[in-house]
Amino acid sequence: MTLDNILASLFPNGHAIEKNGSLLIGSATLADGTAVEVIGAADHAPLGIDEAIRLSRRVLEIAARGDRMPILVLLDSDSQRMSKRDELLGLNEFLAHLAKALIFADTRGHRTIGLLYGHTAAGAFIATALSTRALVTLPGAEPAVMDLPSMSKVTKLQIEVLEEKAKSTPVFAPGVANVERVGAIAATWDDNVSLGAQLQALLATAEETADTRDRLGKERNGRPKAADVASRVYALALGRS
Amino acid sequence: MSAAPAIIARDARSWYEASARQRIDALLDASTFVEFIGPEQRETSPHLALFDLPEQFDDGMVVGHGTLDGNPVFVAAQEGRFMGGAFGEVHGAKLTGLLRAARDTKSIPVLILFDTGGVRLQEANAGELAIAEIMRAVLEARTAGTPVVGLIGGRAGCYGGGALVAGCCSALAISEQGRLAVSGPEVIETNRGVEEFDSKDRALVWRTMGGKHRRLIGAVERFVDDTVADFRAAAVELIATAPAFGADVLAAEQARLEQRIAQFGTCIDAVDVWKAEGVPDPEAIPAMPAQPFIALADTIRRTRHDAR
Amino acid sequence: METLSYRHATARRASGTKNIALVGVVASCNLEVLVERVLPDTECEVAISTAAEGFGKVWEAVVADFVERRSPGGLRLSINDGGARPDTVSLRLAQAVRTIEEDAS
Repeated sequence: MTLDNILASLFPNGHAIEKNGSLLIGSATLADGTAVEVIGAADHAPLGIDEAIRLSRRVLEIAARGDRMPILVLLDSDSQRMSKRDELLGLNEFLAHLAKALIFADTRGHRTIGLLYGHTAAGAFIATALSTRALVTLPGAEPAVMDLPSMSKVTKLQIEVLEEKAKSTPVFAPGVANVERVGAIAATWDDNVSLGAQLQALLATAEETADTRDRLGKERNGRPKAADVASRVYALALGRS
Repeated sequence: MSAAPAIIARDARSWYEASARQRIDALLDASTFVEFIGPEQRETSPHLALFDLPEQFDDGMVVGHGTLDGNPVFVAAQEGRFMGGAFGEVHGAKLTGLLRAARDTKSIPVLILFDTGGVRLQEANAGELAIAEIMRAVLEARTAGTPVVGLIGGRAGCYGGGALVAGCCSALAISEQGRLAVSGPEVIETNRGVEEFDSKDRALVWRTMGGKHRRLIGAVERFVDDTVADFRAAAVELIATAPAFGADVLAAEQARLEQRIAQFGTCIDAVDVWKAEGVPDPEAIPAMPAQPFIALADTIRRTRHDAR
Repeated sequence: METLSYRHATARRASGTKNIALVGVVASCNLEVLVERVLPDTECEVAISTAAEGFGKVWEAVVADFVERRSPGGLRLSINDGGARPDTVSLRLAQAVRTIEEDAS
């Protein structure tokens, strides 16, 4: 689906979302009258300090209002921008700050929903999609930590070898199926059905207050150990305090 | 009587050279450390065998409880020499569990001894999720009033997802050897070309991502000498002065990051940044010993901005 | 990956009261040794996991030499090997026994 089609399917009554460079900022109303704030990173563009700071500013403006409007994060980005300038100026802080803003807004009653419709990777993936309370995907979503050719270079294993190994585990290779199995994805939406209706249905369900992704990863056989290890450390630490 | 030289020796030891366990042992009060899921539990990575890679019994992450100058702390230390200190499924889950406990205990601060290249590629999706879960858990702990302080000074630096976790901490201390960045030098060179960033130019790497630059640009609260004693002093101080997490801190951080772009957004190199900050002799910064540098940094930039 | 295991009778029990110790790190040319005081006084076991296959005879000799010198009775030593040379292995095994024989502080 193109971005325009996605917006039309989400907001059949129109929207006030503007695209500035690769960034989306604005608001719209769902068919049932629910008002929604929207931010996004589009065009498969890298997420650097200049992009992150604008998105975080918007999120904090929303969070300061306290009107509990949900925030939809639309995503088709590249990885973080890998440049000297971005690192010189402290990219880690900008990306962490965006993540903090989203997580904070969610705790203040602005439900955060990530909608991954294209690509995202690495630091951009963490600061946006993985910092929302619920992450949903559309067919065509391509999340990755690192692409296989780069992974091949770093691990010094041939791409064919990695592809073969990826058949037996979802734990490292790119793709929605793998990322879903490790627990990251709350739902895969149907692009033949109104996206607005699917968003309304999601908003009608009670929001999770705890981070259940490790438990999902265990249920889906993607992360067999994480949930139990975290629980055991938690119990030992409470016993010690 | 015989304990005194041992303690002096312990305090003077190099943080950089020490292992994760040696750092914990030297940092905390003697014999107070109790490990959670120690190596004898053999809770290893379920994913490394597929790549014919050896496991480590603690999966490169040591977590537990001890006291620091008599006060209870939770501590997590990464072993930078095992898989580059990278976050794997079990490695990350140990820290997640510790932070969730700190959130619910409310009164025991967390020290994270970073030493990481980022996410472990052989477990990339699990590592990436672990980072996201850890970041959320750090913020939940901070929201509950628990300081989470990061110490950076190991062989692997603090890269990738680790640098994003660091950016969520209440405060950070870093040494000369420490580096803090999202993308590593080689990746920047591959992406942008050697003219923009020569990854083999160590001086350039340190100017761009190293401890001194991070202190001068305000990415960390404290620059420390490469000794256990200095890291301990910074940890104690940063725990005591950690800001509460909330709207005010986030608004202040938004302002300082916007100001950073306004002030330094056209700088080509770190030396340009330091010059713009009013450092009298920027070229002398890299070779400056720790104590004079710390004194200079304290005059250039407020040591606390309560905006992290 | 290859796993190897060697059991030996020993002359004496390893001294001290500590029940567990750990030395080393799993890295290139290095190894970790986890020592546990879990066996009868005159028995010891060395269990190895290594990515370098086909060196059984070398491990066997190193372990036999170590047992002869140190008499690590009562100890199970578990190794994760990152590709260490035999002399590094011998060093770590000796360090491991020294560490578990230290007085508890």
